[in-house]
Amino acid sequence: MNKIMTDTFAIELTDIDKRFGAVHANNKVCLQIKRGNIHGIVGENGAGKSTLMSILYGFYQADAGQIDVLGQAYTFTDSHQAIAAGIGMVHQHFMLVENFTVLENVILGSEGGALLASGLADARTELTRLGDEYGLKVDLDATIDTLSVGLQQRVEILKALYKGAKILILDEPTGVLTPQETEELFRIFGALKQQGVTIMLITHKLREIMSITDQVSVMRAGQMVAHRDTQDTSREELAELMVGRKVLLQVDKKPANVRAPLMKVKRLTVADSQGIERLKDVSFELRAGEVLGVAGVSGNGQTELLEALSGITAMTSGSIEVLGFEMDAKNPLTPDRLRDMGLAHVPEDRHRMGLISDFSASESALLGYHKDSKINSGIWLSNSKVEANCQALMAAFDVRPADPNLKSANFSGGNQQKLILAREMERNPDVLLIGQPTRGVDIGAIEFIHQRIIDMRDAGKAVLLVSVELDEIMSVSDRIIVLCDGEISGRIDAADADERTLGMMMANALDPIDPLQTMDDQLAFAKQESNQEAQV
Amino acid sequence: MNRDTRITWINRLLLPFLNILTAFAVTAVVFWLIDVNPIEAAQVLLYGAFGYEEGIGYTIYYTTNFIFTGLAVAVAFHAGLFNIGGEGQAYVGGLGAGLAILFLDPTLGAWVFIPASIIGALIFGGLWALIPAYLQAYRGSHIVITTIMFNFLAASLMVYLMVHVLREVGQMTPQSELFPTNSWMPFVHDVAAGFGYSIEASPLNLSVILALVCAVLVWFFLWQTRWGYAIRATGKNGTAAVYGGIKPKRIIIVAMCISGALAGLVSINELVGYQHRLIMDFHLGYGFGGIAVALMGRNHPVGIIVAALLFGTLYQGGAELAFEMSGVSRDIVVVMQGLVILFCGALEYMYRPWLIRRLAPVKKQEELVGAAA
Repeated sequence: MNKIMTDTFAIELTDIDKRFGAVHANNKVCLQIKRGNIHGIVGENGAGKSTLMSILYGFYQADAGQIDVLGQAYTFTDSHQAIAAGIGMVHQHFMLVENFTVLENVILGSEGGALLASGLADARTELTRLGDEYGLKVDLDATIDTLSVGLQQRVEILKALYKGAKILILDEPTGVLTPQETEELFRIFGALKQQGVTIMLITHKLREIMSITDQVSVMRAGQMVAHRDTQDTSREELAELMVGRKVLLQVDKKPANVRAPLMKVKRLTVADSQGIERLKDVSFELRAGEVLGVAGVSGNGQTELLEALSGITAMTSGSIEVLGFEMDAKNPLTPDRLRDMGLAHVPEDRHRMGLISDFSASESALLGYHKDSKINSGIWLSNSKVEANCQALMAAFDVRPADPNLKSANFSGGNQQKLILAREMERNPDVLLIGQPTRGVDIGAIEFIHQRIIDMRDAGKAVLLVSVELDEIMSVSDRIIVLCDGEISGRIDAADADERTLGMMMANALDPIDPLQTMDDQLAFAKQESNQEAQV
Repeated sequence: MNRDTRITWINRLLLPFLNILTAFAVTAVVFWLIDVNPIEAAQVLLYGAFGYEEGIGYTIYYTTNFIFTGLAVAVAFHAGLFNIGGEGQAYVGGLGAGLAILFLDPTLGAWVFIPASIIGALIFGGLWALIPAYLQAYRGSHIVITTIMFNFLAASLMVYLMVHVLREVGQMTPQSELFPTNSWMPFVHDVAAGFGYSIEASPLNLSVILALVCAVLVWFFLWQTRWGYAIRATGKNGTAAVYGGIKPKRIIIVAMCISGALAGLVSINELVGYQHRLIMDFHLGYGFGGIAVALMGRNHPVGIIVAALLFGTLYQGGAELAFEMSGVSRDIVVVMQGLVILFCGALEYMYRPWLIRRLAPVKKQEELVGAAA
């Protein structure tokens, strides 16, 4: 029985072709996914993974090619048809109504009549059954905004199963999860697989591919370049296949030569507009010649930390001493003032904050520096100087295409990020704040960006690196602090850090804070203060 | 020509052209429905706007107003603000120009009067926009609501002032006394006569030069200075602007004041250039027309000048139409303007997908392979 089941493919794609303008997003893509398997799809950003999934889910129509689902040929023109064929999709960004309960979210779109009562009752029985069968336990009456991200994702999976999905497609499902939540998710994958559900996992995290999938397919530049049984391949091989050349997965660095602190953050607290404290009593020092990593699950105060340190968000209490200046809630320093002092900031979200999509690259490369006297002549902002400035930045960071007049939106994610890094790093700041430097950036560029960060450190600059990628935090930083719910839930030297420890800290499941570590910090602090007093 | 260039041309030229054509086609249907021969009407309209010197003068005279208000809307729009208070700002700007002239010694020369009236219009128009801008920046009141309310406030204020304070002594009509002759913005036909050319008299005055200068200045300010950069950055992406050290509150204030000041200049053309006294309701329609002009002109000074000319033509040609043809009232101008706004503004991209498919299709696989080989 089982033998016959696996003989037909859950999904079979033949010669799928799709173009967007000049971009050949999918070039004769073929893919066969066996029933009941977990199949990984890896590829760099822009390799065409998302396009392929969108075609499979009916968001886009392929220009050519054939889609077979469970042995039957389909042409999907919208997602309802894909759902009817048994495909369920869990998006990277959840599609949930925040103030609805789990139950209400699940029946959204399949209410079963004008009156909700009977539909809700039916859904409740069905969901309880599904929950038992697959080990997907969620409180059906909890509203979404009270659930953790991991549980919200579980609701998304339930939603897909409730609509009859036999094939689940998950797009970067672990991006927002702690390592422990990820493990839990993989356990659920196991249960789903046992029940015969086929899972298609799209990710760029090779570690996860290696640990959970049965087969893996690699996409590069719109084409499927390899299909492998997971047991027969390795991270190194997959990385090489994705990029098309050998990749250094480890960052090469010398020991840090740490000097005086350039930034001292004391009891920093930041509340949002509703008065909720997003950052509580955070204290740390950032020293010249080191990279201080800030780890944590996304949304635990990292954004507020970066924005408070760079003067964008007002702090509620506490103080920051930076480059010899002091700022607190009553005496804030503005972003332009801090920039003048030598503090540069690469924001977490390049589309929202880092650049202006509608502006040309040369105008985006000016953001924050438009008052610079090197570019202005009197009242005239010289276009030729603006372009020359951009050209120099593009050359220094190998931004492609090197066209200052191209619209910022038309660069790939990696090149946009390189342009922002160039803008912030080429002015030789003393303190550099970097948020998610490699989010949505392809592997080749990641290597380059990490090297530049290390170069800054070796040049005696102080670097604060905020990232949700533990690999990145562990390989680039010298010291690590962990944020959980706006508080520092752990401090550790990068040399002593491993994924498990950091994961526990991120979930705040470890003993409060390593007492020895804290004592070291306090001692160091006390010593510096006494030094300063001595100088005075 | 590669595909991107073609798309640019489709967007910039072909699309607006087709939209206007559609608007005129629908207008033709309207004419046909009210038993007017559309072709005849078009002839009368075009003759009225461009057929003789006086008509051309009127057309450009109206165009001048639309350039001022179009620029006003565009400056605010680049900062991400929708200034629909051009009407009120133009009206109060007139008060500024009028007061400057009425309170100065009437024996002074034009060199004092004209700059003084321009400055008066700029300041009063700008200040009238400053209050909504302040409320938006520091109190969070939405600029669309406040500017439209300020249009009503301006109207009430002007009625009061015209009736009770500024009315000419011994007159019943709510208008001020005549401005001294040396304060008048020179008529173009007078200037031409000075150079020995004879042109039919029309209200066209040198304010049109002022409008063109403003267009150049707006272009320079927005695209060639750091302040313009800050304004455009704020309009395109406020979060990124804050990150870049730009202060959005300040941008709102600056952009709105410039916007209001530009709208205020309508009064230079209308009052200082033609009516030569403060009158009621000289501004009606230009503030709102400016929104359509800016929209059609893609918020760029060159586009605004072209769009303003179109609106000026409709204004003058439409007036001629109402005058010449029985069965056509002046309201037809409003209908035509409405249709132009509908097709050029609201339905701006109606033809775009079709045009791009026809004129700039995505190349097929074979062609690409052929090109690469």
